[in-house]
Amino acid sequence: MPNNTPKAKQLVILSGKGGTGKTSLCAAFAQLSSQAGEGNHAVFVDADVDAANLSLVLQPSLGQPNEFWGGSLAKVDPALCIGCGACVPVCRYDAIFPDPNRDDQVHWVDPIACDGCAACVYACPVKAISMVRQQEGNWFHSETPYGDLFHAELFPGRENSGKLVTLVKQHARLMAEETQSKIVLVDGPPGIGCPVISACAGADLGLIVTEPGLSGLHDLKRVLSTLQHFRIPSVICINKADLYPEGTLQIEKFAAEQATSIVGRIPFGEEIPKAMLQGTPITEFAPKSHPALAIKDIWENTTRMLFA
Amino acid sequence: MKIAIASGKGGTGKTTIATSLAHSLAGSIKVWYLDCDVEAPNGHLFLNPIFTEQVDAVIRIPQIQPESCTLCGKCVEVCQFHALAKVAKKILVFNQLCHGCGSCTWNCPEGAIVEIPNPIGVLEAGLTKHGIHFLQGVLTISEPMPTPIIRQLKKWKTPPAQALTLLDAPPGASCSVVETLRGADFALLVTEPTPFGLHDLKQMLGIVDDMHIPCGVVINRDGIGNDQVDKFLAEKQIPVLLRVPFSKELAEGIAAGQTLVDILPDYRQKLQHLFEEIIHLVKVSYAK
Amino acid sequence: MNIIISALEADLESPICERFGRAPYFLSVDTETMAWEAHANQATMRAGGAGVAAAQFVIDQKVEAVISGDFGPNAAGALRAATIAMYLFNDDTKTVNQAVELFKENKLANFA
Repeated sequence: MPNNTPKAKQLVILSGKGGTGKTSLCAAFAQLSSQAGEGNHAVFVDADVDAANLSLVLQPSLGQPNEFWGGSLAKVDPALCIGCGACVPVCRYDAIFPDPNRDDQVHWVDPIACDGCAACVYACPVKAISMVRQQEGNWFHSETPYGDLFHAELFPGRENSGKLVTLVKQHARLMAEETQSKIVLVDGPPGIGCPVISACAGADLGLIVTEPGLSGLHDLKRVLSTLQHFRIPSVICINKADLYPEGTLQIEKFAAEQATSIVGRIPFGEEIPKAMLQGTPITEFAPKSHPALAIKDIWENTTRMLFA
Repeated sequence: MKIAIASGKGGTGKTTIATSLAHSLAGSIKVWYLDCDVEAPNGHLFLNPIFTEQVDAVIRIPQIQPESCTLCGKCVEVCQFHALAKVAKKILVFNQLCHGCGSCTWNCPEGAIVEIPNPIGVLEAGLTKHGIHFLQGVLTISEPMPTPIIRQLKKWKTPPAQALTLLDAPPGASCSVVETLRGADFALLVTEPTPFGLHDLKQMLGIVDDMHIPCGVVINRDGIGNDQVDKFLAEKQIPVLLRVPFSKELAEGIAAGQTLVDILPDYRQKLQHLFEEIIHLVKVSYAK
Repeated sequence: MNIIISALEADLESPICERFGRAPYFLSVDTETMAWEAHANQATMRAGGAGVAAAQFVIDQKVEAVISGDFGPNAAGALRAATIAMYLFNDDTKTVNQAVELFKENKLANFA
C-alpha cells in the first residue's frame, strides 16, 4: 500500500465572496492538467457541496450515488407521548412543540429547526423521543474527459458541517495515490466557515480568486486571514481585473502588504460565460482568448509554486 | 413584514438587490436591514451605517467544576457532537465542536457543569444616513459555525410592527440559509441566467417549498446567459419580479460600493414597484 | 505493555490505516504476549468529532500508547491529557505486525 511515490500536492481554490470565478477557473485548470505532456495529472474535487457546479462544466459521466449519512434528528413517537411538555424548555432551537395538526397535546419535532442535540430525548420522562439518523445527501465518483471528479450534493437545507467535504476529499486522495496523480485540485466553497475549513485542511497551497471592488476586497481579507490562521501558504489571482482598475490597485496594495503573490490577472471577457453555457472549460472553448491565455499563465505560476 | 433575499449561487447579486431595495424604500417606510451573511457580510459597504452598538455573539459552552465532578461520564455519553471526552483525571471540552445545546449541563447528575459564554463573533447595529436600522453579524476568523450567530442576530432587537425587515442571506443552500429564512414572509431569490444560476436556484426552491415560504425571482445580469432559467420559472409558475440587465456601468458602480439607485435613479421606482408586488403575493399566499 | 494500532482490517497482518479518527479498526495488542483483539471503530459512523470519539475509545481501553499515521488536534489534545503516548507509522510499517515490532525496537517516531 504505501509506496515511494511522493504524495499528491493539494491545491484549494477559494474566494471568500461568491461568484468571483472559482469554478470556471478550476474547470480550466482541470482541462490544462490533462493536456498531453503536461505531466501534472490531477484528481478533482468539488467541495462546494450545497451548490455544486463543477460538474456542470466538466460534464462527467455520472458515477453511482453513494449515500451520505450525517447527524440525527429527534422524532417523537405519538403513541408514547403524554403531552407533558418537559421537552420544550430544554430545546434551544424552538424545534419541539405541540403538534399543530393534532388537537391533543402530543408533541412534534420540526425537522428543519432540530439541531440534533438530543436534549429532549433525555428530558422525556416516558422515553417517547428517539434520535433517527438522516441521509443528508449523496456523493459521487464521476469520470470527466480530463480525469476523475469527486463531488457531492447535500440535500437542500441540511447542515453543512464539512463532514461531506472531508469525505469527498478523502476519496480523491485515495484515488490520487492509486493513480499516482501529482495534484488534488479542490474547488472550494464561498465563505470562511466549516466547509471552507474542511476544504483547506491538508492543502499545500491556497489560490484565492478575487475580483476588484469593495466586496471583493473585504472578503479577500477574511479568507486570507482564514488561510493564514491554518498556516496554509496562499497566492491570489484577480478575475475581471479590468472591470474596475481602482479596485485592482487596492487588491495589489493589500497583497503587497501581506507579502502574498499575485499569480495573474484575468481580463473580463464574454468568452467565460459563453464557455460556461457550452459546458466547456474556457481553455478548450476559446484557447486563444485573452482570459484563456491569462488562465494558462496562472496555472503555470500556481503549479510552479505548488511544487517549489 | 420580513423579506429574505437569497440565491443559492454566490455572487448573483443578493447584497446588491437587498441594499438597493432598502435604499429605495427608506424614504417611505421604516426599514430594518439584517445582514445574515455572517461569514462575509458586505451590506455595510453599500449602506454605510454608523455603528453605535456592538455585542459578542456567543455560544454557551460547558465548564466542568472539578470539585463537584465525579467523572461519571454522563456528559460524554449525552453529547451528540463528541465535544466532551473523559480522560483519567478530568473531562475535556472541545469548544469548536460544541453546539451550545446545554444537554450536558441539564444531564449532569451532580450539577457540576456551568455554562460560560464563548464568543464566536460580534453583532453590530447602527443607522444609515437614510434612516435604515442596520444590523449585522460577523463570524470570528477560524470559527466554524455561522448559524448560532444568525439566530442571535435575529433575536437581538425587535423591529417595530410596521417596519419592513430585509434579511440578506448567505450563499449556498445549507442550514445557515434556512436559519435566515425561518419566519420570513417572502423569499426574494436572486439568480443569473446561466446553468450555475439555475442549478443553485433549484436548491433554493426546494428549501422555500419545504418551509412554505412564498417566493419570487430577480434575474440579475440578464443577457449574459441563456433562457433556461426563464423557461424553468415559467414552467413552475414562479413569478419573475425584476430583471436587471448586465451592464459594465452597473458592474463598475457596484464595485465602487454604490446601490442600483445610486447608479441609475430609475431603479428607485422599479424597486418600489417590486415591493408592492411582493406585498400582493404575500396577501395572496395567506389567503390560500 | 498494551498498545493500539489503527488498521484497515481486523487482524495482525492487516495493512495499517494512516487515519486515526476514521480508521475502520483499532487493534489492541499486548506487546509481551502478542495477544491481540480487533475493535471496529464506531467513530466512523458519526457526523463530527470522530477524532474525539476515537480518542475516547482508546482512552477507555486503558492502553499506554497508540500508533497511527496522523492525529488531528482534538484527538491529540485528548490523548495528551490522558497521557497516552502517540507514535507514527513510517515506510517500513506496512502491516500492524510490522508496526508492533518496530515499536518494540523503539524505532517509531513520537508524535509531538
